[in-house]
Amino acid sequence: MNSGWSRFNISSIVLGFAFLYLPIVLLIIFSFNESKLVTVWGGFSTKWYGSLFNNQGLMDAAWVTARVGVISATVATVLGTMAALTLTRYTRFRGRILFSGMVFAPLVMPEVVTGLSLLLLFVAIGLDRGFLTVTLAHITFSMCFVAVVVQSRLVSFDRSLEEAAMDLGAPPVKTFFQITLPVIAPAIVSGWMLAFTLSLDDLVIASFASGPGATTLPMKIYSQVRLGVTPEINAACTLMIGVVAVGVIAASLINKRREIQRQRDEQAAQRA
Amino acid sequence: MSNLAASADTMNIDAAAARPLASRFLSGLVSRLVIIVPYLWLLVFFLVPFIIVFKISLSQTAIAMPPYVPAFSLEDGISGFFSQLGQMSIDNYLWLTEDALYFNAYVSSIVIAGISTLLTLLVGYPIAYGMARAPANLRPTLLMLVILPFWTSFLIRVYAWIGILKPEGLLNQFLQAIGIIDDPLLIMNTNTAIYIGIVYSYLPFMILPLYAALEKMDYSLIEAAQDLGCPPISAFWKITFPLSLPGVIAGCMLVFIPAVGEFVIPDLLGGSQTLMIGKTLWNEFFNNRDWPVSSAVAVILLLLLIVPIMIFQAAQARAQEQSR
Repeated sequence: MNSGWSRFNISSIVLGFAFLYLPIVLLIIFSFNESKLVTVWGGFSTKWYGSLFNNQGLMDAAWVTARVGVISATVATVLGTMAALTLTRYTRFRGRILFSGMVFAPLVMPEVVTGLSLLLLFVAIGLDRGFLTVTLAHITFSMCFVAVVVQSRLVSFDRSLEEAAMDLGAPPVKTFFQITLPVIAPAIVSGWMLAFTLSLDDLVIASFASGPGATTLPMKIYSQVRLGVTPEINAACTLMIGVVAVGVIAASLINKRREIQRQRDEQAAQRA
Repeated sequence: MSNLAASADTMNIDAAAARPLASRFLSGLVSRLVIIVPYLWLLVFFLVPFIIVFKISLSQTAIAMPPYVPAFSLEDGISGFFSQLGQMSIDNYLWLTEDALYFNAYVSSIVIAGISTLLTLLVGYPIAYGMARAPANLRPTLLMLVILPFWTSFLIRVYAWIGILKPEGLLNQFLQAIGIIDDPLLIMNTNTAIYIGIVYSYLPFMILPLYAALEKMDYSLIEAAQDLGCPPISAFWKITFPLSLPGVIAGCMLVFIPAVGEFVIPDLLGGSQTLMIGKTLWNEFFNNRDWPVSSAVAVILLLLLIVPIMIFQAAQARAQEQSR
């Protein structure tokens, strides 16, 4: 079987990962460049990080992005989990096909179309564009991603656990919080993280849905990138990559540890 | 066994009867809410906006705020609604067919997305294949490494390529330093830059379904073919590729569908002459402030995507049936 792991396979993997990671690595390296020219190395320096923290516009945008991200991810996780429960538990109610269509359509919708349609809605109902409208827009598209993640966990969920709790007299709401929720918790956590990063990354929908006073970090970066590449933007990007990478790696380590613990518990239970 | 089930049943009824009426009412209400809240949310923020887009695409441009007529409002009542309905027209759609700009933008979006999808397949297939044949204990790590870039911002990953591709950028510096070229390659602001951007940004979407299909494959089939004297290349085309076809279709659609409406990549890496429909819509909206025409552009973009989306869904449904 090991013959499959040939030189060709190894080199295609190495080249592939070099392609995936080299641009990001170069971007990070050049954020520590002394020179103002982004592509000419002028020695190591962290001065761009210093000037980053003195750039009031960028810091304001980062603060807006963080708040929008946390609020929209949290609401989207609640709504997305409800949508996932609806899709897996309630197989018969009026308008189910429309509902599942509305959950899956935003996943393949071009961002320009989603952004435009939300903006036209906000104008039609007379809602001033700003912090609230960006948050509403982000909740709407990220709740569908949460729903898909949580749904995939609910499908493989062993419902006899719930039935046992209810047979023993636990009311459905209590059963949900004591049995179902702990079991699907990892999926909910990864759903929240996905929603948060989607909100953190989004440029197109935010540009449509946002108004004066609620410029998000991607919008700010985009407007500066159009004027040219600067080491300061490299530094901002590096920090964003760092935040997301730490979060993702930590979450996957926690998940892995839980998995090992669960396997150990199962083995212990079997031995007993 | 049936006795046991029966006694469990009576216990169930007893427990239900013992539960106070108020709590039963509460749980009924809660399960209603679980359906109603996300349902209403999606109706208001997803379906209604599309109806508005469609409606505005039939309206006319006006110098006003909002910049189109007729603007429905509740105060006009039913008769006002019908008199305004008479003002709607398909002029914007006719305008889209008259001005070659839009037609060209649609065609070139599809061509650019198609070429990029093929290139992504060519780059992604060997990687996915290599991962599927890697030692089993290495595979989770490799998978994690493919997914990780997907978590970093799209905008940042596209931005990273500007520094590499521009005339005095890192790629040209490198190629000139090792003496392959004398004059810098002009890649930035061309379609080539867009292809590179799309392949790079969407590569994980291609690799993941390909890997899922290739990993399930029974490789003793290949060994059998080779034992019977089939050369490796024709074994690949006769066995491996057909078996990975569901992954190929899913991956291609996952790249093609978002690439057609892409805005960031053509805007940052492509030049001013690059025509892609997402960029056209953006300009129409933000620069020309022509809301009705940009709505019509959006409606046609969606119509274009219906066929690939249906291909994708059919492929997904088939894959689910097979795994059962």
